[in-house]
Amino acid sequence: MGGYARFVWPCFALVSGVLAWNLWAAARYQAEARKRAVRALAMMGEDR
Amino acid sequence: MWTWFYRLASPPYVYRTAGALTPWFLSAAAAAIGYGAVAGLVFAPPDYQQGDAFRIIYVHAPSAWLSMFAYTTLAVAGAIGLIWRIKMGYAVAAVSAPIGASFTLSALVTGSLWGRPMWGTYWAWDPRLTSELILLFLYVGVMSLRSAFEDPGRGDRAAALLAIVGVVNIPIIHYSVVWWNSLHQGATVAKIGIPAMPGSMLWPLLAMLLGFMCFYGAVLCMRLRGEVLNRERQAAWVREAMKS
Repeated sequence: MGGYARFVWPCFALVSGVLAWNLWAAARYQAEARKRAVRALAMMGEDR
Repeated sequence: MWTWFYRLASPPYVYRTAGALTPWFLSAAAAAIGYGAVAGLVFAPPDYQQGDAFRIIYVHAPSAWLSMFAYTTLAVAGAIGLIWRIKMGYAVAAVSAPIGASFTLSALVTGSLWGRPMWGTYWAWDPRLTSELILLFLYVGVMSLRSAFEDPGRGDRAAALLAIVGVVNIPIIHYSVVWWNSLHQGATVAKIGIPAMPGSMLWPLLAMLLGFMCFYGAVLCMRLRGEVLNRERQAAWVREAMKS
């Protein structure tokens, strides 16, 4: 990297981390919303 | 003519469409980012002035573009919510904010790491850097304001208003290098007709830009499905969707 490795690689590592975090957070957000919806529907069923 | 627009107001339609689009966006993102990263790191020649440090552009520029695109999406979606009272507009705005904030932070940190060898400093109160930092504060402000209200409807409206006011910062970020003296380099890709980069450097950058946009589309769709479920938990269509 012509002497710039200590600047270039951390940038790529950081952005890889940001991409991975976004993917993980979005999947988790979706899964938790689904769980909450199932729970809410179950409670509505019990009320009836 | 406007049928497609009004269809976007339907939560089940948005939920289904977002689910169908996610794998396409993810596949396109993986292919484009994979090609862009390899071509940018391995095959692109070093810059005649910046040497190999210029390779930071392949992650810095897409992050910065995405930070502005996600904010514009947030503001437009908020405006759609305010003007047409389309709740899905608020949902898109809500999910766009954390994604945009993460890429703004990424643009600031990668820019700072690029600035150290090129400018001799990690940070300068330069117009481009400062306006990008203001963008991060705007994202934090919009997210905080939304969650500060007990009534989600009021939180959505207040956050949309702040987002619309803050959108004035987007052209400031973009044109800051033209309007003021700046340490930051001028436009590289947007210079139509004046190639600022040879093809061997430009194509990987364009691939990364496309890949990041597709990635944004994918995570926006994933989060949007969650947001729609959170907002529509009691609706009859959710019962059907949960069964499938």
